[in-house]
Amino acid sequence: MGQILFTCFAAFTVVCAAGVVFNKNAVNAAMCLLLALVGVAGLFVQLDAYLLAFLLLLVYAGAVVALFLFIIMLLDVKGRHAVGFNKVAVFAGLAAFALLLTGLGTFVARGQLDTPHPSNVPAVGADLKDYAIQLFTTYLLPVQIMGFLLLAAMIGVIVLSKRWEGLDDIK
Amino acid sequence: MITAGLNEYLIISAVLFCIGFLGVLVRRNTLVIFMCLELMLIAGTLALVAFSRFNGTMDGNVFVFFILTVAAAEVAVGLAIIVALFRKRHTVQVDEFNSLKH
Repeated sequence: MGQILFTCFAAFTVVCAAGVVFNKNAVNAAMCLLLALVGVAGLFVQLDAYLLAFLLLLVYAGAVVALFLFIIMLLDVKGRHAVGFNKVAVFAGLAAFALLLTGLGTFVARGQLDTPHPSNVPAVGADLKDYAIQLFTTYLLPVQIMGFLLLAAMIGVIVLSKRWEGLDDIK
Repeated sequence: MITAGLNEYLIISAVLFCIGFLGVLVRRNTLVIFMCLELMLIAGTLALVAFSRFNGTMDGNVFVFFILTVAAAEVAVGLAIIVALFRKRHTVQVDEFNSLKH
């Protein structure tokens, strides 16, 4: 059962991720990204990381994709710029893709990691208490730094989107 | 829940990363390039969660927690930059952003 679910979610994720790349319409690409994120959240659930799956859906599928859609609608980038793919870029992209896939194939062929069966390992990520203990003891300083980072990002966004009247040098 | 092995998860993660990388190189729309970047980030988090699960440690999961936070901040700032660029140049195609090239 778990194997079937894994295969379904993995195939779903990869297909939707490919949809992000190959959709000409930016709105459809954003929708494909949403579906790909749902697939990844399903994989997280199978890895017993329930909180992270929930957060992924909440933060990414909820906030980030909505923000993307909002900006796409705001900028109204329709098909008027429907320039095809640049030939050199497509060649370079496919070559890089093939190189990465070759590395992946090598890994599949001979780099098999000797891992324990998941039922032998305790699922530490399943319990909310573990996150709380880690975040408020070992990772207390990073949590505070994250707070400052979010503050800095917020101020940065305000500065970036403000219209600077009369200040021609930074406009 | 009994899951697939670590190798399968890493393969999915690598395939996702490859697809995102291809999108970053091939696409011309800045917004779609940004989405593909997010895809690559998600591929990284998937590998972290898988390693954490199969090692029985918390660190990877907590790291993913932080990555989600940073990604949210990154998206906000990046989209603000794209909007500012659009206001100035009236396009989001990367081909048109060539001021530093000439």
